[in-house]
Amino acid sequence: MSASAAQSAGPAPPLPPNRDPAWLGRVFWTGAVLLLLWPLLNATEFKPSQLFDARSREVTAQFLRSFVPPALAPDFLLLVARETWRTVAIATAGMTLALALALPLALLSTRVLSVSALRGRMGRVPFLLRQAVRGLLIVLRSVPELVWALVFVRVVGLGATAGVLAIALTYGGMLGKVYGEILESGETHATQTLLRNGCGRLQAFGYGLLPQNAGELISYTVYRWECAIRSSVVLGYVGAGGLGQQLDSSMKMFAGGEVTTMLLVFFALVALADRSSAWLRKTLA
Amino acid sequence: MTAPKAGRRATDGPARLPPPRPSARCQACWFSAGLGLLVVASFGSLDLQWAQFFSLDAARSMGRFGGEFFPPNVQPAFLRHVLLATWETLAMSALGTALAAAAGLLLALPASRLHAGDAAWARTPTRLLLNALRSVPELVWASLLLIAAGLGPFAGTLALAAHTTGVLGRLFAEAIENAPPGPGAALRTQGIRPGPVFLYATLPQVLPQLMSYTLYRWENNIRAATVLGVVGAGGLGQLLAFHMGLFHMNKTATVLLAMLLLVGLVDALSLGLRRLLTR
Repeated sequence: MSASAAQSAGPAPPLPPNRDPAWLGRVFWTGAVLLLLWPLLNATEFKPSQLFDARSREVTAQFLRSFVPPALAPDFLLLVARETWRTVAIATAGMTLALALALPLALLSTRVLSVSALRGRMGRVPFLLRQAVRGLLIVLRSVPELVWALVFVRVVGLGATAGVLAIALTYGGMLGKVYGEILESGETHATQTLLRNGCGRLQAFGYGLLPQNAGELISYTVYRWECAIRSSVVLGYVGAGGLGQQLDSSMKMFAGGEVTTMLLVFFALVALADRSSAWLRKTLA
Repeated sequence: MTAPKAGRRATDGPARLPPPRPSARCQACWFSAGLGLLVVASFGSLDLQWAQFFSLDAARSMGRFGGEFFPPNVQPAFLRHVLLATWETLAMSALGTALAAAAGLLLALPASRLHAGDAAWARTPTRLLLNALRSVPELVWASLLLIAAGLGPFAGTLALAAHTTGVLGRLFAEAIENAPPGPGAALRTQGIRPGPVFLYATLPQVLPQLMSYTLYRWENNIRAATVLGVVGAGGLGQLLAFHMGLFHMNKTATVLLAMLLLVGLVDALSLGLRRLLTR
Protein backbone atom coordinates (compact mmCIF):
# COMPACT_ATOMS: atom_id res chain seq x y z
CA MET A 1 0.00 0.00 0.00
CA SER A 2 2.57 2.52 1.15
CA ALA A 3 5.06 1.43 -1.51
CA SER A 4 2.60 2.02 -4.32
CA ALA A 5 1.70 5.36 -2.83
CA ALA A 6 5.35 6.40 -2.76
CA GLN A 7 5.86 5.24 -6.35
CA SER A 8 2.89 7.16 -7.69
CA ALA A 9 4.19 10.35 -6.08
CA GLY A 10 7.35 10.74 -8.20
CA PRO A 11 8.92 9.32 -11.35
CA ALA A 12 9.60 5.59 -10.98
CA PRO A 13 13.26 4.93 -10.04
CA PRO A 14 15.17 2.52 -12.32
CA LEU A 15 14.67 -1.00 -10.98
CA PRO A 16 17.78 -3.07 -10.25
CA PRO A 17 18.31 -6.00 -12.62
CA ASN A 18 15.90 -8.72 -11.64
CA ARG A 19 18.61 -11.38 -11.66
CA ASP A 20 20.74 -12.88 -8.93
CA PRO A 21 24.22 -11.37 -9.38
CA ALA A 22 25.86 -14.50 -7.92
CA TRP A 23 24.21 -17.02 -10.23
CA LEU A 24 27.36 -17.90 -12.19
CA GLY A 25 29.29 -18.93 -9.09
CA ARG A 26 26.34 -20.89 -7.76
CA VAL A 27 25.84 -22.81 -10.98
CA PHE A 28 29.57 -23.55 -11.15
CA TRP A 29 29.82 -24.87 -7.59
CA THR A 30 26.65 -26.91 -7.89
CA GLY A 31 28.04 -28.51 -11.04
CA ALA A 32 31.41 -29.17 -9.40
CA VAL A 33 29.78 -30.80 -6.36
CA LEU A 34 27.59 -32.99 -8.55
CA LEU A 35 30.67 -34.04 -10.54
CA LEU A 36 32.52 -34.89 -7.32
CA LEU A 37 29.52 -36.75 -5.98
CA TRP A 38 29.50 -39.25 -8.82
CA PRO A 39 32.58 -41.31 -7.78
CA LEU A 40 31.38 -41.21 -4.18
CA LEU A 41 27.98 -42.59 -5.14
CA ASN A 42 29.72 -45.31 -7.13
CA ALA A 43 32.12 -46.26 -4.35
CA THR A 44 29.40 -46.57 -1.74
CA GLU A 45 27.08 -48.50 -4.06
CA PHE A 46 24.48 -45.86 -3.35
CA LYS A 47 21.24 -47.25 -4.73
CA PRO A 48 18.22 -45.88 -2.92
CA SER A 49 16.05 -47.99 -5.19
CA GLN A 50 17.39 -50.97 -3.26
CA LEU A 51 15.45 -49.77 -0.24
CA PHE A 52 12.21 -49.85 -2.18
CA ASP A 53 12.37 -52.99 -4.26
CA ALA A 54 9.64 -55.45 -3.53
CA ARG A 55 11.58 -58.06 -1.57
CA SER A 56 13.51 -55.68 0.62
CA ARG A 57 10.34 -53.69 1.28
CA GLU A 58 8.53 -56.79 2.38
CA VAL A 59 11.29 -57.88 4.77
CA THR A 60 11.66 -54.36 6.15
CA ALA A 61 7.95 -53.93 6.64
CA GLN A 62 7.78 -57.26 8.44
CA PHE A 63 10.71 -56.30 10.66
CA LEU A 64 9.24 -52.89 11.41
CA ARG A 65 5.84 -54.39 12.16
CA SER A 66 7.44 -56.72 14.67
CA PHE A 67 8.79 -53.67 16.55
CA VAL A 68 5.41 -53.10 18.19
CA PRO A 69 4.51 -54.11 20.78
CA PRO A 70 7.80 -54.06 22.72
CA ALA A 71 8.63 -57.33 24.44
CA LEU A 72 7.63 -57.03 28.09
CA ALA A 73 7.79 -60.60 29.36
CA PRO A 74 9.06 -60.54 32.98
CA ASP A 75 11.99 -62.87 32.41
CA PHE A 76 13.05 -60.88 29.36
CA LEU A 77 12.89 -57.64 31.33
CA LEU A 78 15.03 -59.26 34.01
CA LEU A 79 17.55 -60.25 31.36
CA VAL A 80 17.61 -56.72 29.97
CA ALA A 81 18.10 -55.28 33.44
CA ARG A 82 21.01 -57.63 34.06
CA GLU A 83 22.62 -56.82 30.71
CA THR A 84 22.14 -53.09 31.31
CA TRP A 85 23.95 -53.37 34.60
CA ARG A 86 26.70 -55.34 32.89
CA THR A 87 27.04 -52.55 30.32
CA VAL A 88 27.45 -49.95 33.08
CA ALA A 89 29.80 -52.26 34.96
CA ILE A 90 31.99 -52.83 31.89
CA ALA A 91 32.22 -49.08 31.33
CA THR A 92 33.02 -48.40 34.99
CA ALA A 93 35.58 -51.18 35.35
CA GLY A 94 37.16 -50.17 32.04
CA MET A 95 37.36 -46.56 33.16
CA THR A 96 38.96 -47.56 36.46
CA LEU A 97 41.67 -49.50 34.66
CA ALA A 98 42.03 -46.68 32.14
CA LEU A 99 42.62 -44.25 35.00
CA ALA A 100 45.21 -46.58 36.49
CA LEU A 101 46.93 -46.60 33.10
CA ALA A 102 46.51 -42.93 32.24
CA LEU A 103 47.63 -41.26 35.48
CA PRO A 104 51.21 -42.62 35.55
CA LEU A 105 51.59 -42.17 31.80
CA ALA A 106 50.34 -38.58 31.97
CA LEU A 107 52.73 -37.85 34.84
CA LEU A 108 55.57 -39.40 32.86
CA SER A 109 54.78 -37.47 29.71
CA THR A 110 54.02 -34.01 31.04
CA ARG A 111 56.69 -31.39 30.46
CA VAL A 112 55.78 -29.33 33.49
CA LEU A 113 57.22 -31.87 35.91
CA SER A 114 60.62 -31.99 34.23
CA VAL A 115 63.44 -31.05 36.60
CA SER A 116 66.03 -30.70 33.86
CA ALA A 117 63.78 -28.30 31.92
CA LEU A 118 64.06 -25.82 34.80
CA ARG A 119 67.52 -24.99 33.52
CA GLY A 120 66.21 -24.16 30.06
CA ARG A 121 66.30 -27.10 27.69
CA MET A 122 65.15 -30.51 28.79
CA GLY A 123 67.86 -33.15 29.02
CA ARG A 124 68.14 -35.60 26.14
CA VAL A 125 67.14 -38.74 28.01
CA PRO A 126 64.05 -37.25 29.74
CA PHE A 127 63.02 -35.72 26.42
CA LEU A 128 63.24 -39.06 24.62
CA LEU A 129 61.39 -40.80 27.45
CA ARG A 130 58.57 -38.25 27.32
CA GLN A 131 58.30 -38.55 23.54
CA ALA A 132 58.21 -42.34 23.80
CA VAL A 133 55.38 -42.21 26.35
CA ARG A 134 53.50 -39.78 24.12
CA GLY A 135 53.92 -42.13 21.18
CA LEU A 136 52.56 -44.99 23.27
CA LEU A 137 49.52 -42.91 24.24
CA ILE A 138 48.88 -42.01 20.61
CA VAL A 139 49.02 -45.66 19.54
CA LEU A 140 46.68 -46.72 22.37
CA ARG A 141 44.25 -43.99 21.45
CA SER A 142 44.21 -44.39 17.72
CA VAL A 143 43.25 -48.07 17.66
CA PRO A 144 39.45 -47.94 17.92
CA GLU A 145 38.07 -49.75 20.97
CA LEU A 146 36.08 -52.02 18.70
CA VAL A 147 39.30 -53.32 17.13
CA TRP A 148 40.87 -53.87 20.56
CA ALA A 149 37.73 -55.77 21.53
CA LEU A 150 37.91 -57.92 18.39
CA VAL A 151 41.51 -58.79 19.23
CA PHE A 152 40.82 -59.52 22.91
CA VAL A 153 37.78 -61.63 22.13
CA ARG A 154 40.21 -63.85 20.23
CA VAL A 155 42.59 -64.05 23.19
CA VAL A 156 40.32 -64.27 26.26
CA GLY A 157 37.17 -65.50 24.61
CA LEU A 158 33.68 -64.01 24.47
CA GLY A 159 32.63 -62.05 27.51
CA ALA A 160 33.06 -58.95 29.57
CA THR A 161 36.84 -59.25 29.96
CA ALA A 162 37.44 -58.27 26.33
CA GLY A 163 35.19 -55.24 26.65
CA VAL A 164 36.82 -54.06 29.87
CA LEU A 165 40.29 -54.41 28.38
CA ALA A 166 39.31 -52.65 25.15
CA ILE A 167 37.86 -49.68 27.03
CA ALA A 168 40.83 -49.63 29.41
CA LEU A 169 43.37 -49.40 26.58
CA THR A 170 41.64 -46.91 24.28
CA TYR A 171 40.38 -44.68 27.08
CA GLY A 172 43.70 -44.97 28.89
CA GLY A 173 45.33 -43.48 25.80
CA MET A 174 42.74 -40.72 25.49
CA LEU A 175 42.76 -39.81 29.17
CA GLY A 176 46.56 -39.87 29.33
CA LYS A 177 46.92 -37.54 26.38
CA VAL A 178 44.28 -35.10 27.52
CA TYR A 179 45.49 -35.14 31.14
CA GLY A 180 48.96 -34.25 29.88
CA GLU A 181 47.52 -31.39 27.83
CA ILE A 182 45.44 -30.09 30.74
CA LEU A 183 48.43 -30.16 33.08
CA GLU A 184 50.56 -28.28 30.58
CA SER A 185 47.97 -25.70 29.58
CA GLY A 186 47.39 -24.21 33.04
CA GLU A 187 49.42 -21.81 35.11
CA THR A 188 52.65 -23.62 36.05
CA HIS A 189 54.31 -21.03 38.23
CA ALA A 190 53.54 -22.67 41.58
CA THR A 191 54.74 -26.05 40.37
CA GLN A 192 57.96 -24.61 38.99
CA THR A 193 58.62 -22.82 42.28
CA LEU A 194 58.07 -26.02 44.23
CA LEU A 195 60.43 -27.91 41.93
CA ARG A 196 63.07 -25.18 42.13
CA ASN A 197 62.98 -25.33 45.90
CA GLY A 198 63.76 -29.00 45.94
CA CYS A 199 60.37 -30.69 46.03
CA GLY A 200 60.10 -34.09 44.47
CA ARG A 201 58.07 -34.40 41.27
CA LEU A 202 55.19 -36.16 43.01
CA GLN A 203 55.11 -33.51 45.73
CA ALA A 204 55.10 -30.76 43.11
CA PHE A 205 52.25 -32.56 41.35
CA GLY A 206 50.23 -33.11 44.52
CA TYR A 207 50.60 -29.62 45.96
CA GLY A 208 51.05 -27.47 42.86
CA LEU A 209 49.60 -29.01 39.74
CA LEU A 210 46.74 -31.13 41.04
CA PRO A 211 44.86 -28.54 43.12
CA GLN A 212 44.94 -26.15 40.18
CA ASN A 213 43.66 -28.58 37.58
CA ALA A 214 41.54 -30.99 39.64
CA GLY A 215 38.23 -29.54 38.44
CA GLU A 216 39.08 -29.83 34.79
CA LEU A 217 40.57 -33.31 35.18
CA ILE A 218 37.53 -34.64 37.00
CA SER A 219 35.12 -33.06 34.57
CA TYR A 220 36.88 -34.63 31.60
CA THR A 221 36.99 -38.02 33.34
CA VAL A 222 33.25 -37.93 34.04
CA TYR A 223 32.57 -36.96 30.44
CA ARG A 224 34.66 -39.90 29.25
CA TRP A 225 32.80 -42.24 31.59
CA GLU A 226 29.61 -41.21 29.84
CA CYS A 227 31.25 -41.95 26.47
CA ALA A 228 32.44 -45.31 27.80
CA ILE A 229 28.87 -46.33 28.63
CA ARG A 230 27.83 -45.53 25.09
CA SER A 231 30.74 -47.41 23.58
CA SER A 232 30.35 -50.43 25.84
CA VAL A 233 26.97 -51.00 24.18
CA VAL A 234 28.68 -51.00 20.81
CA LEU A 235 31.39 -53.37 22.05
CA GLY A 236 28.73 -55.98 22.71
CA TYR A 237 28.37 -56.35 18.96
CA VAL A 238 31.69 -58.14 18.71
CA GLY A 239 30.88 -60.35 21.67
CA ALA A 240 32.11 -58.33 24.61
CA GLY A 241 28.95 -58.78 26.65
CA GLY A 242 26.32 -56.35 27.80
CA LEU A 243 23.32 -54.79 26.12
CA GLY A 244 24.93 -54.70 22.68
CA GLN A 245 25.41 -58.45 22.50
CA GLN A 246 21.77 -59.03 23.41
CA LEU A 247 20.67 -56.40 20.88
CA ASP A 248 22.75 -58.07 18.18
CA SER A 249 21.33 -61.51 18.81
CA SER A 250 17.74 -60.22 18.95
CA MET A 251 18.27 -58.42 15.68
CA LYS A 252 19.67 -61.52 14.05
CA MET A 253 16.55 -63.40 15.13
CA PHE A 254 14.34 -60.59 13.74
CA ALA A 255 12.78 -60.25 17.19
CA GLY A 256 11.62 -56.67 16.69
CA GLY A 257 9.79 -56.36 20.01
CA GLU A 258 12.93 -57.21 21.95
CA VAL A 259 14.90 -54.71 19.86
CA THR A 260 12.37 -51.98 20.71
CA THR A 261 12.57 -52.69 24.42
CA MET A 262 16.35 -52.68 24.41
CA LEU A 263 16.58 -49.53 22.31
CA LEU A 264 14.23 -47.79 24.76
CA VAL A 265 16.33 -48.98 27.69
CA PHE A 266 19.41 -47.79 25.85
CA PHE A 267 17.88 -44.33 25.30
CA ALA A 268 17.05 -44.14 28.99
CA LEU A 269 20.54 -45.28 29.97
CA VAL A 270 22.24 -42.72 27.72
CA ALA A 271 19.94 -39.95 28.94
CA LEU A 272 20.59 -40.94 32.55
CA ALA A 273 24.37 -41.01 32.02
CA ASP A 274 24.13 -37.66 30.24
CA ARG A 275 22.14 -36.08 33.08
CA SER A 276 24.23 -37.51 35.89
CA SER A 277 27.46 -36.59 34.13
CA ALA A 278 26.24 -33.01 33.59
CA TRP A 279 25.15 -32.82 37.24
CA LEU A 280 28.44 -34.26 38.51
CA ARG A 281 30.48 -31.91 36.37
CA LYS A 282 28.49 -28.93 37.62
CA THR A 283 28.78 -30.01 41.26
CA LEU A 284 32.46 -30.91 41.17
CA ALA A 285 33.82 -28.12 38.99
CA MET B 1 29.60 -1.03 52.80
CA THR B 2 26.08 -0.90 51.47
CA ALA B 3 23.23 0.23 53.64
CA PRO B 4 20.93 -2.54 54.91
CA LYS B 5 17.81 -2.97 52.83
CA ALA B 6 14.58 -1.47 54.06
CA GLY B 7 12.42 -3.96 55.92
CA ARG B 8 15.30 -5.85 57.46
CA ARG B 9 15.49 -5.93 61.21
CA ALA B 10 18.64 -5.82 63.22
CA THR B 11 17.78 -9.19 64.75
CA ASP B 12 17.97 -10.88 61.32
CA GLY B 13 21.67 -11.50 61.68
CA PRO B 14 24.29 -11.29 58.96
CA ALA B 15 22.88 -11.44 55.43
CA ARG B 16 24.95 -14.17 53.91
CA LEU B 17 26.75 -16.93 55.73
CA PRO B 18 29.31 -19.02 53.95
CA PRO B 19 27.98 -22.51 53.29
CA PRO B 20 28.53 -24.69 56.33
CA ARG B 21 31.72 -26.71 55.92
CA PRO B 22 30.60 -30.08 57.27
CA SER B 23 27.86 -30.47 54.63
CA ALA B 24 30.29 -29.69 51.81
CA ARG B 25 32.73 -32.16 53.20
CA CYS B 26 30.07 -34.80 53.61
CA GLN B 27 28.84 -34.38 50.06
CA ALA B 28 32.35 -35.18 48.94
CA CYS B 29 32.58 -38.22 51.21
CA TRP B 30 29.18 -39.54 50.16
CA PHE B 31 30.22 -39.09 46.58
CA SER B 32 33.50 -40.92 47.07
CA ALA B 33 31.75 -43.73 48.93
CA GLY B 34 29.22 -44.07 46.11
CA LEU B 35 31.94 -44.08 43.50
CA GLY B 36 33.92 -46.70 45.39
CA LEU B 37 30.81 -48.83 45.74
CA LEU B 38 30.10 -48.54 42.01
CA VAL B 39 33.64 -49.57 41.12
CA VAL B 40 33.68 -52.49 43.55
CA ALA B 41 30.27 -53.64 42.40
CA SER B 42 31.37 -53.40 38.77
CA PHE B 43 34.45 -55.50 39.28
CA GLY B 44 32.55 -57.87 41.54
CA SER B 45 29.61 -58.54 39.27
CA LEU B 46 31.58 -59.08 36.08
CA ASP B 47 33.05 -62.54 35.69
CA LEU B 48 36.42 -61.20 34.66
CA GLN B 49 38.86 -63.94 33.87
CA TRP B 50 41.99 -62.26 35.14
CA ALA B 51 43.55 -65.50 36.22
CA GLN B 52 43.09 -66.84 32.75
CA PHE B 53 44.26 -63.60 31.18
CA PHE B 54 47.44 -63.34 33.20
CA SER B 55 48.29 -67.03 33.14
CA LEU B 56 51.32 -68.39 31.34
CA ASP B 57 49.01 -70.09 28.90
CA ALA B 58 47.30 -66.83 27.96
CA ALA B 59 50.64 -65.08 27.63
CA ARG B 60 51.81 -67.80 25.29
CA SER B 61 48.66 -67.69 23.19
CA MET B 62 48.86 -63.91 23.15
CA GLY B 63 52.43 -64.10 21.97
CA ARG B 64 51.52 -66.62 19.29
CA PHE B 65 48.59 -64.45 18.28
CA GLY B 66 50.80 -61.39 18.03
CA GLY B 67 53.47 -63.33 16.18
CA GLU B 68 51.01 -64.47 13.55
CA PHE B 69 50.51 -60.85 12.54
CA PHE B 70 54.06 -60.72 11.20
CA PRO B 71 54.91 -60.18 8.50
CA PRO B 72 51.93 -58.18 7.22
CA ASN B 73 50.75 -59.30 3.82
CA VAL B 74 52.03 -56.85 1.20
CA GLN B 75 51.22 -58.66 -2.02
CA PRO B 76 50.28 -56.06 -4.65
CA ALA B 77 46.94 -57.73 -5.33
CA PHE B 78 45.95 -57.59 -1.66
CA LEU B 79 47.27 -54.07 -1.26
CA ARG B 80 44.99 -53.03 -4.10
CA HIS B 81 42.11 -54.59 -2.16
CA VAL B 82 43.04 -52.63 0.95
CA LEU B 83 43.40 -49.43 -1.04
CA LEU B 84 39.96 -49.95 -2.53
CA ALA B 85 38.49 -50.55 0.93
CA THR B 86 40.18 -47.39 2.20
CA TRP B 87 38.67 -45.41 -0.64
CA GLU B 88 35.31 -46.99 0.16
CA THR B 89 35.68 -45.94 3.79
CA LEU B 90 36.50 -42.38 2.79
CA ALA B 91 33.62 -42.26 0.32
CA MET B 92 31.20 -43.63 2.94
CA SER B 93 32.23 -41.00 5.45
CA ALA B 94 32.13 -38.14 2.92
CA LEU B 95 28.77 -39.06 1.45
CA GLY B 96 27.29 -39.86 4.85
CA THR B 97 28.39 -36.50 6.19
CA ALA B 98 27.08 -34.66 3.11
CA LEU B 99 23.70 -36.35 3.37
CA ALA B 100 23.63 -35.61 7.09
CA ALA B 101 24.48 -31.96 6.52
CA ALA B 102 21.59 -31.62 4.06
CA ALA B 103 19.13 -33.49 6.25
CA GLY B 104 20.41 -31.76 9.36
CA LEU B 105 19.82 -28.34 7.81
CA LEU B 106 16.32 -29.36 6.76
CA LEU B 107 15.53 -30.57 10.29
CA ALA B 108 17.29 -27.67 11.97
CA LEU B 109 14.78 -25.21 10.50
CA PRO B 110 11.73 -26.59 12.29
CA ALA B 111 13.91 -27.29 15.34
CA SER B 112 14.82 -23.67 15.90
CA ARG B 113 12.98 -20.53 16.92
CA LEU B 114 13.76 -18.36 13.88
CA HIS B 115 12.76 -15.08 15.48
CA ALA B 116 11.41 -13.92 18.82
CA GLY B 117 7.76 -14.05 17.75
CA ASP B 118 8.05 -17.49 16.14
CA ALA B 119 5.59 -19.94 17.65
CA ALA B 120 7.92 -22.79 16.63
CA TRP B 121 5.32 -25.45 17.34
CA ALA B 122 7.52 -28.09 15.68
CA ARG B 123 10.54 -27.26 17.84
CA THR B 124 10.05 -29.82 20.59
CA PRO B 125 9.04 -32.80 18.42
CA THR B 126 11.83 -32.14 15.93
CA ARG B 127 14.37 -31.88 18.72
CA LEU B 128 13.09 -35.17 20.14
CA LEU B 129 13.57 -36.77 16.74
CA LEU B 130 17.09 -35.35 16.47
CA ASN B 131 17.90 -36.65 19.95
CA ALA B 132 16.63 -40.11 19.04
CA LEU B 133 18.70 -40.13 15.84
CA ARG B 134 21.73 -39.01 17.82
CA SER B 135 21.53 -41.40 20.71
CA VAL B 136 21.61 -44.55 18.56
CA PRO B 137 25.31 -45.16 17.78
CA GLU B 138 26.40 -45.54 14.17
CA LEU B 139 27.08 -49.23 14.62
CA VAL B 140 23.57 -49.94 15.89
CA TRP B 141 22.14 -47.93 13.02
CA ALA B 142 24.24 -49.97 10.62
CA SER B 143 22.99 -53.26 12.00
CA LEU B 144 19.39 -52.00 11.83
CA LEU B 145 19.78 -50.72 8.28
CA LEU B 146 21.47 -53.89 7.04
CA ILE B 147 18.03 -55.46 6.88
CA ALA B 148 16.67 -52.82 4.52
CA ALA B 149 19.80 -51.87 2.57
CA GLY B 150 21.64 -55.17 2.44
CA LEU B 151 25.27 -55.90 3.24
CA GLY B 152 27.78 -53.39 1.95
CA PRO B 153 28.80 -49.75 2.04
CA PHE B 154 25.31 -48.45 1.26
CA ALA B 155 24.05 -49.48 4.70
CA GLY B 156 27.14 -47.96 6.31
CA THR B 157 26.63 -44.67 4.49
CA LEU B 158 23.01 -44.49 5.59
CA ALA B 159 23.98 -45.38 9.17
CA LEU B 160 26.57 -42.63 9.31
CA ALA B 161 24.06 -40.23 7.79
CA ALA B 162 21.35 -41.15 10.32
CA HIS B 163 23.52 -40.66 13.40
CA THR B 164 25.25 -37.55 12.04
CA THR B 165 21.91 -35.98 11.06
CA GLY B 166 20.97 -36.03 14.73
CA VAL B 167 24.27 -34.47 15.78
CA LEU B 168 24.45 -31.85 13.02
CA GLY B 169 20.75 -30.97 13.17
CA ARG B 170 21.07 -30.07 16.81
CA LEU B 171 24.28 -28.10 16.31
CA PHE B 172 22.80 -26.31 13.26
CA ALA B 173 19.66 -25.42 15.20
CA GLU B 174 21.77 -23.92 17.99
CA ALA B 175 23.79 -21.94 15.43
CA ILE B 176 20.66 -20.65 13.70
CA GLU B 177 19.06 -19.61 16.99
CA ASN B 178 22.22 -17.81 18.07
CA ALA B 179 22.65 -15.89 14.81
CA PRO B 180 22.38 -12.11 15.14
CA PRO B 181 18.69 -11.33 14.50
CA GLY B 182 19.18 -7.89 12.91
CA PRO B 183 19.36 -8.69 9.16
CA GLY B 184 16.50 -11.17 9.38
CA ALA B 185 14.32 -8.68 11.23
CA ALA B 186 15.10 -6.03 8.63
CA LEU B 187 13.91 -8.26 5.81
CA ARG B 188 10.90 -9.51 7.72
CA THR B 189 9.61 -6.01 8.43
CA GLN B 190 9.71 -5.44 4.67
CA GLY B 191 7.26 -8.27 4.30
CA ILE B 192 9.65 -10.84 2.86
CA ARG B 193 8.53 -14.44 3.26
CA PRO B 194 10.35 -16.71 5.76
CA GLY B 195 12.11 -18.76 3.07
CA PRO B 196 14.02 -15.89 1.46
CA VAL B 197 14.61 -14.37 4.90
CA PHE B 198 16.43 -17.53 5.91
CA LEU B 199 18.32 -17.84 2.62
CA TYR B 200 19.45 -14.22 2.37
CA ALA B 201 19.81 -13.12 5.99
CA THR B 202 20.30 -16.03 8.42
CA LEU B 203 22.10 -18.61 6.29
CA PRO B 204 24.97 -16.37 5.09
CA GLN B 205 25.68 -15.44 8.71
CA VAL B 206 25.84 -18.98 10.06
CA LEU B 207 27.31 -20.70 6.99
CA PRO B 208 30.95 -20.61 8.17
CA GLN B 209 29.93 -22.16 11.48
CA LEU B 210 27.85 -24.83 9.75
CA MET B 211 30.78 -25.66 7.50
CA SER B 212 33.15 -26.02 10.42
CA TYR B 213 30.72 -28.29 12.28
CA THR B 214 30.32 -30.40 9.15
CA LEU B 215 34.06 -30.74 8.63
CA TYR B 216 34.52 -31.68 12.28
CA ARG B 217 31.88 -34.38 11.99
CA TRP B 218 33.46 -35.62 8.77
CA GLU B 219 36.69 -36.15 10.66
CA ASN B 220 34.79 -38.12 13.31
CA ASN B 221 32.94 -40.08 10.66
CA ILE B 222 36.13 -41.21 8.94
CA ARG B 223 37.12 -42.75 12.24
CA ALA B 224 33.67 -44.28 12.70
CA ALA B 225 33.52 -45.58 9.14
CA THR B 226 36.70 -47.62 9.59
CA VAL B 227 35.00 -49.81 12.20
CA LEU B 228 31.43 -49.81 10.87
CA GLY B 229 32.26 -52.67 8.56
CA VAL B 230 32.63 -55.04 11.50
CA VAL B 231 28.87 -55.66 11.31
CA GLY B 232 29.08 -55.96 7.51
CA ALA B 233 28.58 -52.37 6.42
CA GLY B 234 31.52 -52.02 4.05
CA GLY B 235 34.90 -50.36 4.14
CA LEU B 236 38.06 -51.36 5.96
CA GLY B 237 36.11 -52.81 8.89
CA GLN B 238 34.40 -55.38 6.72
CA LEU B 239 37.76 -56.47 5.32
CA LEU B 240 39.11 -56.69 8.87
CA ALA B 241 36.21 -58.76 10.16
CA PHE B 242 36.36 -61.02 7.12
CA HIS B 243 40.07 -61.83 7.34
CA MET B 244 40.07 -62.06 11.11
CA GLY B 245 37.17 -64.48 10.93
CA LEU B 246 39.14 -66.69 8.56
CA PHE B 247 42.31 -66.38 10.68
CA HIS B 248 44.25 -64.73 7.84
CA MET B 249 46.43 -63.00 10.38
CA ASN B 250 48.93 -61.50 7.93
CA LYS B 251 46.16 -59.88 5.95
CA THR B 252 44.50 -58.73 9.18
CA ALA B 253 47.75 -57.02 10.13
CA THR B 254 47.81 -55.15 6.82
CA VAL B 255 44.23 -53.96 7.28
CA LEU B 256 44.97 -52.89 10.86
CA LEU B 257 47.99 -50.93 9.66
CA ALA B 258 45.89 -49.28 6.96
CA MET B 259 43.31 -48.29 9.59
CA LEU B 260 45.96 -46.83 11.87
CA LEU B 261 47.51 -44.98 8.96
CA LEU B 262 44.17 -43.54 7.87
CA VAL B 263 43.20 -42.42 11.36
CA GLY B 264 46.66 -41.01 12.05
CA LEU B 265 46.68 -39.18 8.73
CA VAL B 266 43.27 -37.64 9.37
CA ASP B 267 44.35 -36.61 12.89
CA ALA B 268 47.57 -35.02 11.65
CA LEU B 269 45.82 -33.29 8.76
CA SER B 270 43.09 -31.82 10.93
CA LEU B 271 45.60 -30.69 13.55
CA GLY B 272 47.76 -29.08 10.88
CA LEU B 273 44.79 -27.37 9.23
CA ARG B 274 43.52 -26.10 12.56
CA ARG B 275 46.95 -24.69 13.41
CA LEU B 276 47.13 -23.07 9.98
CA LEU B 277 43.68 -21.52 10.31
CA THR B 278 44.05 -20.23 13.87
CA ARG B 279 47.53 -18.80 13.39
